Amino acid sequence: MVPYVVRRVLTALPTIVIFACFVFLLQKLLPGDPVLAMAGEDRDPATIAALRIQYHLNDPLPVQFLRWAGDALRGDLGESLRNHDSVLHLITQKLPVTLELALLSTLFSVLIGIPAGILAAAKKGSVWDNLARGTALWGVSIPTFWFGIVLIIIVSVNLHLLPASGYAPISEDPWQNIRTMILPAFVLGNAQAGILMRHTRSAMLEVLRQDYVRTARAKGLPELRVVMAHAFRNALAPLVTVTAVLLGQLLAGAVLTEQVFSIPGFGKMLVDAVFNRDYAVVQGVALCTGVGFILLNLLADVAQLLLNPRLRSS
Amino acid sequence: MKTGFLFAGALMLATTAASAQTLRIGLLDDPDLLDPAPGKSFVGRIVFQSLCDKLVDISPDLKILPRLAVSWETTEDGKVITFKLRDGVTYQDGEKFDAASVKYNIERDKTMPESIRKSDLASVDSVDVIDPLTVRFNLKKPDSTLLAALTDRAGMMVAPEAAKQAGAKFGLNPVCSGPYKFVERVQQDHITLARNPNYWNAKAFSFDKIVFRTIPDSTARLESLRSGDLDIAERIEPTDVKELEAQKEFKVVGVTTLGYQGLTVNVANGPASKAPIGQDKRIRQALSLAIDRQGVMDAVFDGQFSPAGQPVPPVSPYYSDKFPPPTRDLEKAKALLKAAGVEHPVINVRYTTSSRAQKVMEVVQAMAAEAGIEIKLISTEFATQMKVQTDGDYEISFIGWSGRPDPDGNIYSFYVCGGGLNDSHYCNKDVDAILNDARLTTEVAARKALYEKFDAIALDELPIIYFYFEKWIWGSTAKLQGFVPNPDGMIRLEGVKLAQ
Repeated sequence: MVPYVVRRVLTALPTIVIFACFVFLLQKLLPGDPVLAMAGEDRDPATIAALRIQYHLNDPLPVQFLRWAGDALRGDLGESLRNHDSVLHLITQKLPVTLELALLSTLFSVLIGIPAGILAAAKKGSVWDNLARGTALWGVSIPTFWFGIVLIIIVSVNLHLLPASGYAPISEDPWQNIRTMILPAFVLGNAQAGILMRHTRSAMLEVLRQDYVRTARAKGLPELRVVMAHAFRNALAPLVTVTAVLLGQLLAGAVLTEQVFSIPGFGKMLVDAVFNRDYAVVQGVALCTGVGFILLNLLADVAQLLLNPRLRSS
Repeated sequence: MKTGFLFAGALMLATTAASAQTLRIGLLDDPDLLDPAPGKSFVGRIVFQSLCDKLVDISPDLKILPRLAVSWETTEDGKVITFKLRDGVTYQDGEKFDAASVKYNIERDKTMPESIRKSDLASVDSVDVIDPLTVRFNLKKPDSTLLAALTDRAGMMVAPEAAKQAGAKFGLNPVCSGPYKFVERVQQDHITLARNPNYWNAKAFSFDKIVFRTIPDSTARLESLRSGDLDIAERIEPTDVKELEAQKEFKVVGVTTLGYQGLTVNVANGPASKAPIGQDKRIRQALSLAIDRQGVMDAVFDGQFSPAGQPVPPVSPYYSDKFPPPTRDLEKAKALLKAAGVEHPVINVRYTTSSRAQKVMEVVQAMAAEAGIEIKLISTEFATQMKVQTDGDYEISFIGWSGRPDPDGNIYSFYVCGGGLNDSHYCNKDVDAILNDARLTTEVAARKALYEKFDAIALDELPIIYFYFEKWIWGSTAKLQGFVPNPDGMIRLEGVKLAQ
């Protein structure tokens, strides 16, 4: 397995390089000018010209990219044009928040989506199946910002059960941290639970049609044992991949949910950075998210190996 | 005796509770760098208001008030201003505030590469330290706008030693002389300030801690106020005002801003200016007359904002009653179009992506259609709109200006030939002469007469069609006392407290 992991890491490297080039070029294609954004409402031409030279924005694109890449290799992701904070510092400030939100949301989606999917498949065509599929459709279609606002009005404004917004780091106030994270994680998890439920249902239906399930039933095993121990175990492999992809999507930040609940994660920072043409921040966050996504995929593949002995021999 | 102790104990507890108060303010946007020299964001100014004291301040009726400068005198020729400074003031790190530090600050604003205060202070030639509490500004020419500029970031004093050490990164850990000092910041989340016990007027400030929280979504900001997570929220949506006013736990206060919203027409900036609307003022006049400004205000803003017909708001002493907002006149609009020989002009209007701008422009589109004008709407993200506007790749841009206390700040750079903000490339030597005269004139009545002369030309030629004045609307808990709304949109905490 170790050689496999090493090989996968090595093949991931070119992907990261191509990805970094791509993000760099894409944002340079955006119209607009970071210096115009920095110069403020007054837009003094002398200031604009001086800033453009100071931040090397007149250099040819390949030179700009190589400068960034060279610094990045030395662990320096540059500095935000907007507030001169180092991009690495900004990322380390936001990463724990984004990770926590992503993990909690995924937890919610797994806790809701997988049992619902199993139930729907085991009772195919029943009321339970229709209910689960209807709920999944609702979860996927409902806009997160709207659902978020509705929950805030009910849970925070009317019932005063949880705070409406704000974030407290887990290291400073774990209780408040959990209180502020429940609603946003639930909103995001709810949206993803629908997707996960549908994948679980179809994977389970596939497995439940297999001969060995029939054999298990013929042996007289209780239905619960057939579904959980025989069918679900074998349906698990594709679900791991889906969950990893869903989690990976959350790593780039969940802009709308972060906005509604004022969670200081990657999403809001990335959007602000794009609007301000704060190239270094966009580049840094994109790189970080890209690497995260690749790592998650790698982990999912390793998990597949552990779950499915047949893959190990190949 | 025992009761006495208990009573004293209870009293102590009560005073601790009262003095340990935190004020939580909800901002619409995340401030940029917390350094007055390169600082550009509006919300950044709200934070500076508590963090960095300034030489002079401005009252709600736009009078200049003493702050770190207790008095000032301008010479007869208007070229020298001498400030007497407040005695016994220190910066938050203990460094003494004196004339030398004022000189340092002005020079820093004028020379730091990232500073965007250079245009505010362009008229200042040099600064002389007369004695530790007297400082003299020598001007290149008289400048009636300078004091107003010093009520904002150009007049904010940062601690020289701390600024020298931190350089461009000063804003990550700012040290000023305001009533509250910097504690911490998490980007896009919050900024915390704590009481500066050495502030010269510390007793007027009742909070121990101020937390500024960034909540860009207006509904989320409102709900955070309603759930008790905020004490004040800035920029409440006009359409939420009635509902919030109806709840007795909350208060709503508002004041018309110093800026305006308008339609900037490209009259000479590149090929796009060759469109009929750029070439013929009669078409611009027709468009202006086709808009029922009050109707738009009622339809989109619940009547909270007010129609505009000139660049300065009614609160300004330079507002002229001679130029009220135009009332809708479809017949006249059609006649003007006929006279111009273009009865059905097609106009491309760019607006920045926001639901508010979109609603306004959709109403305008329908109104203009009734006069025979077809408006095509192009929604553009803000940074892109700035770029197309400077490049001249637009016919009309629906854009606002946040406003300055002095009328010059709302007019000059938008109209003079080659002006920094003159994206329509309007150029008229008579207008230049009037606006330059107004800069040299300090007497209010004489200056107002000059601006009326300007209005007569500008509001006829209409390179900018003035549309409406927005209002700053703050929502707060009903417990908040002593907050005075100011048209500059700042939150001044002197005398503000939360009732128990």
